[in-house]
Amino acid sequence: MTIDTAKQPAIAASRFGFGARPGELDAARADPRGWLLAQLRTPYRAPAELDALASGREILASFLAARAARAAEKQAAAREASRDDPVKQLFAGIRQQLLPHYQAQAAARTRIALASESSFRERLVHFWSNHFAVSIDKPICLGTAGALENEAIRPRIDGRFADLLLAVETHPAMITYLDNQRSMGPHSALGERAARRADGPAPVRLGLNENLAREILELHTLGVDGGYTQADVTTFAAVITGWSIGGGEGRYADGEPGAFVFRDALHEPGSKTVLGRRYADADMAQGKAVLRDLAAHPATARHIAMKLARHFVADEPPAELVERLASAFRTSEGHLPTVYTALVNWDGAWQSDTLKFKQPHEFIYSSLRALDVTPREPKALLAPFEVLGQRHWSPGSPAGWPDRQADWDGADALMQRIEWSVALADRVGDSHSALATADAALGPLASTQTRKALASASSGSQGLALLLMSPEFQRR
Amino acid sequence: MRSRRDFLSAGARLGFGAALAAALPGVSFAALPGADPFVVVILRGALDGLSAVPPYGDPAYISARGPIAIARPGGAHGALDLDGFFGLHPALPLLYARWQAKELLVVHATASAYRERSHFDGQNVLENGGDRPSGSASGWLNRALAALAGRGVDGLALGQNVPLILRGPVPVGSWAPSALPEVEPELLTRLRDLYSNDATLSARLDEATHLETLADTEAPTGGAMEQSKGGGIERLKTIAETAGRMIAGPKGPRVAVLDAGGWDTHASEGGAEGQLAGRLGGLDQVLDALRQGLGAQWSRTAVLVCTEFGRTVQVNGTRGTDHGTGAAAFVLGGAVRGGRVLADWPGLAERQRYEGRDLRATTDLRALAKGLLRDHLGVADRALADVFPASEAAAPARDLVRG
Repeated sequence: MTIDTAKQPAIAASRFGFGARPGELDAARADPRGWLLAQLRTPYRAPAELDALASGREILASFLAARAARAAEKQAAAREASRDDPVKQLFAGIRQQLLPHYQAQAAARTRIALASESSFRERLVHFWSNHFAVSIDKPICLGTAGALENEAIRPRIDGRFADLLLAVETHPAMITYLDNQRSMGPHSALGERAARRADGPAPVRLGLNENLAREILELHTLGVDGGYTQADVTTFAAVITGWSIGGGEGRYADGEPGAFVFRDALHEPGSKTVLGRRYADADMAQGKAVLRDLAAHPATARHIAMKLARHFVADEPPAELVERLASAFRTSEGHLPTVYTALVNWDGAWQSDTLKFKQPHEFIYSSLRALDVTPREPKALLAPFEVLGQRHWSPGSPAGWPDRQADWDGADALMQRIEWSVALADRVGDSHSALATADAALGPLASTQTRKALASASSGSQGLALLLMSPEFQRR
Repeated sequence: MRSRRDFLSAGARLGFGAALAAALPGVSFAALPGADPFVVVILRGALDGLSAVPPYGDPAYISARGPIAIARPGGAHGALDLDGFFGLHPALPLLYARWQAKELLVVHATASAYRERSHFDGQNVLENGGDRPSGSASGWLNRALAALAGRGVDGLALGQNVPLILRGPVPVGSWAPSALPEVEPELLTRLRDLYSNDATLSARLDEATHLETLADTEAPTGGAMEQSKGGGIERLKTIAETAGRMIAGPKGPRVAVLDAGGWDTHASEGGAEGQLAGRLGGLDQVLDALRQGLGAQWSRTAVLVCTEFGRTVQVNGTRGTDHGTGAAAFVLGGAVRGGRVLADWPGLAERQRYEGRDLRATTDLRALAKGLLRDHLGVADRALADVFPASEAAAPARDLVRG
C-alpha cells in the first residue's frame, strides 16, 4: 500500500465523490480530507432541482386512484373475457401516468449529481438509497422510489442511523414495496372479524405478510448472519402489522391517501418477543421500539460498516477497517458523520491503487463531470443509464445493486461502455483537449501509458474516448 | 474485425440455415462440434412451484391455497393436466406442448443445499454449487466448463454481465442487444494497447471481440436491434431467440445462462390469472423463443429452469406467499427424456411440511444438475466432485436425457 500525497485530491474526488469537475482538484488540493468532511458539516438544504417534484404521498394517491378506477372499468368489462394479461392491462395506463414523475425524479437526481460541488455527500445519498433499495419494476414504486430518496433519505444521511431507519420503514414507498400495507394480525380486530365470517371448504385466511420484516432484519439492519431466526421474522412481522398507507381498497380506504397510517384494526395485539427481548404492546410504539433496538444492535453496526468499507475501499475490505467503522458506529450510537469521519481518516482508504471498478452510474457521472456536459433534455439525460444497464432505482430486488467488480465487468458491459464513450466523445468533438481533461479529472492518477495513448490519438474525440475507457478512469 | 451487429445477423443467417437443414433428413441431427447445447435459466425471486406446477391431486392443496389455488384440469382456467396428480399452470401452453412432445421433464419438491430463506444467499448457493452462501467466487457451470477444457465448449452469459453461476477460471463472454452505434476497429486496437498491463480489462475486451468475430459471413443489418428496444419480456424474447441462433452456430458457445427476475410474489399473487400468471406467460414465450432460435439444434438441447427456493404452502395474509423451501424445476429440450414428473412427493398437510410451513425438499437440485452435466455435456464422473463439492449424497440423476 502506498500513500502518494500528490494523488490525494484526485482520490478524494473520484473515490469518495462522483469524479472531479473542471477545477475541483484545485479546490481539494490544500486539504483533501478536510474538503470531504466539510461537505458533511453544511446543514442540509434540499437542492433546488427537487422543488418542482410532486411528493411521494401525492404520487401514491394518484396511483391508488388510478388503480381503483381501472379495477372498476375492468369489472364492468369482465364479461368480455379478454385473454390478455389482466395485470398488464391494469398497469399499462397507470404506468403512463406515473412515468413523468419517475423521469422528473431521475433527471433531477442526475442533474444534482453532475453539478454537485459536494459529491461525497451525494454519493452517500446514493449509498443509502441503495442500502434501502426499492425497485421501480414493481408498478406501485415507479413514482415513489425517487420520493423515498428525497423525502426519507436525503435529509437524514448526516444524522443518526436510527432516525434514518425509522423514516425509511415508515415511508409509503417502502411499506408498499415490501407489501406491509395489508399485513394483518390474526388476532387483530379485522383478523378476528374475518375469521368469524370465514366458512366453507376454502376460507380466505387473513394474516401476516413477512416480507418487510424479513428484509429489515436481513438487509436493512442485522444482516443475513445477524443471528435472527424464522421465529424472529414472523414475530417482527406481527409487531409491524398496522404499518400501512391511507386510501387503499375496501376496508383499507380510510386515512389520507398515499400517506403512512397506522391501522390499529390490523395490529396484532399483545406483547411479543423479538431477538430474546420482550416488547409490551403499545400499538405503533412497539414496532418503533424494535427498530430502535435493531439500530443499536452490534450486528447492525458490523453490517453497515462492511457495506460502507466495501463501497468506498475494496470489494473485500480489510477487517481492520470494518472493525474501525463498526466501533465508530457503536460508540457514537449510530451517529453517521462519526462513522464517515472514521472512514475518511483511515489511511488505507487513501492508497493510490484504485481498487474499485466503477458501476455504470459512477462511470456516467464521472464522465459527464469530467467533460462538463449536462444534456438538457430529460430523455438524453437518462438514456445512458438505460444503455449501460443501471436505470435509476431499478436494482430489481430489495438487496439493491451489487457492489463488487465481478457484477459489473462483463465483456458485453465493457463493449457498451466503449460504444457510449465514443458516442459521447463524438458529440463533444474536438473542443476538449484529452490531456487537459485527464489532468483536470485524474491529475497524477493518469498513468504514463494513458498519457501516451491520449497524446497519439488520431483525433481529439478519439483521445477523449480513450481517456474515459482508460484503466484509471474505469476505476476509482 | 466483425462487429456485434454483423455477428447478430450472422446468427440470423445461421438460424435460417439450421431451419433449412431441418428439412433435410440426416442433416438435422448432426452433432455440433464441442458439445450439445445446454442452457440454464435462473428465475430470481423464488418461483411459486405450487402454482407453476399445482399438485391438484394433493388433498391439502385447495384449502392451503384458497384464493390463489389453480383449479383441477377440465374446467375453465383449470390446470393443464400432466399425470393425474400434477398439472401445469394454464399460462404455460407452449411449455405444455413440449410436455406433449415428451420434451419436458417436470421436477417438484426440489431444492439446492440451502435451507434458510434469504433470496440472496439462496441464489448464491444455487449458483456456487456448494453447501453455503459464501466462500466460493466461482460458479458450478464455470467449473463444469473447466472440466471440459480442450473440447472447445464456450460459455455465454445472456446479459451485459456474468452471473455467479458462470464466473470462475474459464473466461466467459456476455452478450445483450446494444442500442449504440458500433465503434471503429482502430479504436479497439488502441484500447487493446492501453489495456496491455491490465489483465482484467484486456481479457474482457478479448472476450467481447471474440464474440464479434465468431461468425464469418456478410453483414446485412439485423432486425434484432429494433426488436430489442422494448423492455421486459419482449427484450428477453429477443435475447433468447438470438441466443438460440448464436448457440446453434458452428463455433457458437454451447453453454449459456439466462436470468429472468420478478418471481417474488408476496402479495396479490393471483391464480389462473393475475400477477404470477402474467410472469409465467412471459416465461412461456421466452422459452419458446429460445427453442425457435435453436432451430434444428433444439433436438440436441437441454434447458434447466430453476429458482433459489420455493414459497410457503399456505397462502399468506395478503393473497401471496412468503419464502419457502421445496421448489419446482423444469428440464426441457429435444435431448430430454420428457413427458415425466420427477417427484418424491412429501405431501402438503401441515405435519408433512418442512418446519410446518414449506414444501419439504425431497430431490436435490444438484443431483439433477450433475446428471445433466454428466450425461448431456459429458463431464467426467470424477470431475463432478469439483463442480459440486460436498455433494456426495446427491448422486447424479440418471436417464434425464436420451442416450
